[in-house]
Amino acid sequence: MSMDILGFSFNRVGAMLLRHWFLLSGSWVRLIDLVYWPAVQMIMWGFLSRFLAGQTSYIAQAFGLLLAGMILWDSLFRVQLSVAISFLEEMWSRNLGNLFVSPLRPSEFAASLLVMGVTRTLLGMVPVSLMAWWFFDFSIYSMGLALAGFFASLTMFGWAIGLAVSGLVMRQGLGAENIAWAAAFLFLPISAVYYPVSVLPGWLQMVAWCFPPAYVFEGVRALLVDGTFRADLMLGALGLNALYMALGFLAFMALFESARRRGQLLGQGE
Amino acid sequence: MSEINAIEVRDLVKRYGQVTAVAGVNFAVPKGGITALLGGNGAGKTTTIAMLLGLLTPTSGSISVLGADMLRERGKALPRMNFSSPYVDLPHRLTVRQNLRVFAKLYAVPRPAERIAELAAALGFEALLERPAGALSAGQKTRVALAKALINKPDLLLLDEPTASLDPDTADWVRGLLESYRRERQATILLASHNMAEVERLADMVLMMKQGQIVDRGSAADLLARYGRDDLEDVFLDIARGRGKAAALQAGAA
Repeated sequence: MSMDILGFSFNRVGAMLLRHWFLLSGSWVRLIDLVYWPAVQMIMWGFLSRFLAGQTSYIAQAFGLLLAGMILWDSLFRVQLSVAISFLEEMWSRNLGNLFVSPLRPSEFAASLLVMGVTRTLLGMVPVSLMAWWFFDFSIYSMGLALAGFFASLTMFGWAIGLAVSGLVMRQGLGAENIAWAAAFLFLPISAVYYPVSVLPGWLQMVAWCFPPAYVFEGVRALLVDGTFRADLMLGALGLNALYMALGFLAFMALFESARRRGQLLGQGE
Repeated sequence: MSEINAIEVRDLVKRYGQVTAVAGVNFAVPKGGITALLGGNGAGKTTTIAMLLGLLTPTSGSISVLGADMLRERGKALPRMNFSSPYVDLPHRLTVRQNLRVFAKLYAVPRPAERIAELAAALGFEALLERPAGALSAGQKTRVALAKALINKPDLLLLDEPTASLDPDTADWVRGLLESYRRERQATILLASHNMAEVERLADMVLMMKQGQIVDRGSAADLLARYGRDDLEDVFLDIARGRGKAAALQAGAA
């Protein structure tokens, strides 16, 4: 059965997902890699939280704040990285030429990267969140439905950065691949993951409020410390995410066209 | 677009800054025939093929493939064409069968398992189906790449060095396969090759490229007669080095 909407083919998106499923299911090293670093980080932040809980009333009042921050920040980072790595797999294997002489459209290719971004992240972060429950008696799921909103918001921002980074690597070649690992960290100091936005200097606070993660992590803080769900912060994040998603997609398409003008689609690889 | 041509190219130019890779070529590839692009390294063959496939945007000119304007409606032509090139590869970690399944799905091939079995039998790599693509020898990779190029039974096949890395016996067998594919499906094949024997055997028409231009064209027999040579390799060398009758012909053209 054909599943096309205005020429957008879900069947071709499915073909790309099948390609990544074959890759992941055939490599236990890749599967372990999805869990390894988040697990190491979670254990480290868990012990740090336990130590700090005995030292400060702020942490004692909301044990898990640092763990929740770590798990959610890592979700954003993993989504962005997974989008970029799914793209890089095609460059490493010199497969872009084969893909783009097939009927696959750039928008379908981008959609498959987004699905892989969230799939790879969930494969890594769900086990890690369960480990946090087991090791430190902290369940991130205690945030209830708000967690879904926080995760969706961070996923969207991760998608936006991942698409822009993928486009940049396509345009500039594998020499720019390190950007894939570094891009999200540009936002870490202003995302209010481990401290509130109010700690930042005034001008940097204004910069921080231009990006969705500050809204999300202030929302997490309000929920875990004050027990308040801040719908205003959630809506602010979603509005900004719509903007950044659109910018990320437009950047990807513009960089794809630029790569096509420069002949970058044929023969890139290791 | 002519009913009799699978490809029509007009005033095609590709410049990278100050460097001109393709300098205003015009040609047509008749439906159901095999046309060869011949030329030395840097002559513009791969650049031309990349523009025909839509992988590279021309600086100017027009390209019509199977009736579709490749600059505006490449989505109409792409399902009916395919290609193989040493400049691209299949994902190394996937097995041959997995790779072909993915491309069968991309091209919406009906009954993909049957098609893959058919190609594996025709190209003699049944024993390799469960092997990772990255573990294949160069010759095996060429055969699998050819299977990928035939997966959707294309009406138009663009091949860059289709028998590169194959031993003479296998290369000859692959040429036979391409001939029979063209005959049975009335398919059109455009190939770029450095192998003169291959071009003489397969091509109905040869386009000779040099420095981004088509400097001569015709059947292999026409070219041999025109340059007074016994084989295409000497014609190629005459044109590449501007010697013999090529010098006079090129001076006349200028």
